[in-house]
Amino acid sequence: MSDVLLDVRDLVVEFPTRKGLVQAVSGVTFELRRGETLALVGESGCGKSTTARAVMQLPRPTSGQIVLDGDDLVAAGKRDLRRLRRRFQMIFQNPIASLNPRKRISEIIEKPLKIAGLLDADKRRQAVEELLETVGLDPAVAMDKRPHEFSGGQCQRISIARALILEPDLLICDEPVSALDVSIQAQILNLLEDMKQRYDLTMLFISHDLAVVRNVADRVAVMYLGRFCEVGSSEKLFDGPAHPYTRALLSAIPVPDPTVTPKPIEMIQGDLPSPISPPSGCRFRTRCPVASERCAAEVPEMRDLPDGRAVACHHPLVGA
Amino acid sequence: MAAPLLELTNVSTHFHSPAGRVRAVDGVSVSLEAGQTLGLVGESGSGKSVLARTIMGLLPSYAEIPEGSAITFDGRNLLTMDRKARRAISGPGIGMIFQDPMTSLNPVMKIGQQVYEGMRHHFGTSKAAGRQRAIELLTEVGIPQPDVRIDQYPHQLSGGMRQRVAIAIALACEPKLLIADEPTTALDVTVQSGILDLLQREQRDRGMTLILITHDLGVVAGRCDQVAVMYAGGIVETGSTRSLFARTRMRYTQALLDSIPRLDRPPHERLKSIGGRPPNLITPPPGCRFAPRCAFADAQCESAMPPMQADEADATHSYACWHPRDPERVTEEVA
Repeated sequence: MSDVLLDVRDLVVEFPTRKGLVQAVSGVTFELRRGETLALVGESGCGKSTTARAVMQLPRPTSGQIVLDGDDLVAAGKRDLRRLRRRFQMIFQNPIASLNPRKRISEIIEKPLKIAGLLDADKRRQAVEELLETVGLDPAVAMDKRPHEFSGGQCQRISIARALILEPDLLICDEPVSALDVSIQAQILNLLEDMKQRYDLTMLFISHDLAVVRNVADRVAVMYLGRFCEVGSSEKLFDGPAHPYTRALLSAIPVPDPTVTPKPIEMIQGDLPSPISPPSGCRFRTRCPVASERCAAEVPEMRDLPDGRAVACHHPLVGA
Repeated sequence: MAAPLLELTNVSTHFHSPAGRVRAVDGVSVSLEAGQTLGLVGESGSGKSVLARTIMGLLPSYAEIPEGSAITFDGRNLLTMDRKARRAISGPGIGMIFQDPMTSLNPVMKIGQQVYEGMRHHFGTSKAAGRQRAIELLTEVGIPQPDVRIDQYPHQLSGGMRQRVAIAIALACEPKLLIADEPTTALDVTVQSGILDLLQREQRDRGMTLILITHDLGVVAGRCDQVAVMYAGGIVETGSTRSLFARTRMRYTQALLDSIPRLDRPPHERLKSIGGRPPNLITPPPGCRFAPRCAFADAQCESAMPPMQADEADATHSYACWHPRDPERVTEEVA
């Protein structure tokens, strides 16, 4: 068994619009090792959710390879893909909107088992009850209710149960706590950590909140306008960012300590360039404080740093 | 000490719903001196936005402010004023910016017109002078090419730019008090710091009083003089920002601070979450509203509402808790 569970190569996702073709993801390559959590971070519109959805084949990417444990999901036919879907599941940002309001909780969580044709009705019900208990809901109370009778945090617990009932290898979490209050956010992050241990999950975790990412991730990939800027272990990246964009993101986080004066962020203020006509060369150069002529002329390739990180920058802040 | 610019005394706001009376804001007292910045912090449903709308007079018809509530602004009680007098205060007296700049701006009116509309209404400014002033204001809030932007519509701007326009609109009538209700929640983190810097600069340059409403204690920590923490419709702890963070007394405030993931903590560390969820505000618990979720609660907490009391070290810092945290002790065991 290979150490790598998910291997994504040269992933491209394009959307046609009236104003032209938008390349939301422009050639992204990464690996997910078994049992690790990789976080994709970046601002709105950077392509992090599109990357996650492309892995889910929702919709299918324009080009590239996505290999899950030896099976290429992009090349797989409809029937094969349906069979493979048991192994990768997803939870979404808005926990209430991602549950069918007309169905009972028991039906919602049971559905993946039914689609997969697993277990008989009694066994399925038992499996749902056990899982509800595991995610911290009382089955006796929850089974026959509908989503509107639950709070956002409870709905996210239900989403997690639905994603885990098939015991997948890979769990994709797209901003799972962004819609929740801090006190509830901590409950869900702890639950995800418990579930990861219990089910030996490998996780792809999408978030714009770097403090949350610091808590959950083993490795972090920073995205800007459809490309990766920097990929590396969470500790290295947070302690000494190599890409100027990573540094800018880190400097913008408000610190809950009044003795720390907020610093101006190390990035040129302005709007995100249009993804229809992204800047030449390095896409971050229009807002980068250290950009040079070379950055406009040449696309920086991802290259490995001695400390195990990879960075796409002509003027990295460390290990140049 | 000068009289406060804004003083809320026992302010409540109740909503009539089919299920009963919702006590969204219940007995809030707080005062704010001119030129100060107050951070109003709380989770969803804690009543912070309803409190802001109560001050602004922007409540829906099914809202009721019970007898005994008073909001004194600049020496006058806003709650006993007639509509016309109240309206004259919105703008030159109190300005407000909202969370979502897409829905708070008029999508079919040019940006410039939205900026000078208030000036024309309150001061009878001419169109030409208003336009000129709008360009100045847009420049001041950091909009590039203001002479072009002034004739554009909100959808032609990014989220951050729209929020800057909303700030320009609020500043146009030179308010004494500006209420910013989650002004950066809908924005990216790199845009957020730019907007907060702008608000802080305007507050300082104009000597304006600012109420910054947010769910993010990080935003409050660096930018406010005073903080008030709301839970289930009431203020549970208030004080100078420094004292409130350094000498946190109320158990809920501490639990909230503990549940925030932090950059300086190691990965995979278990977060201290708060179990359960906020109470139903139709039938709130009789005692401390946080008691059902509090690890330190006992019978007294469940039966009697704790009064606000002053911290021994700092009289401006007060809290409502029967079993306050001892700020001198670093860690405490659950009772």
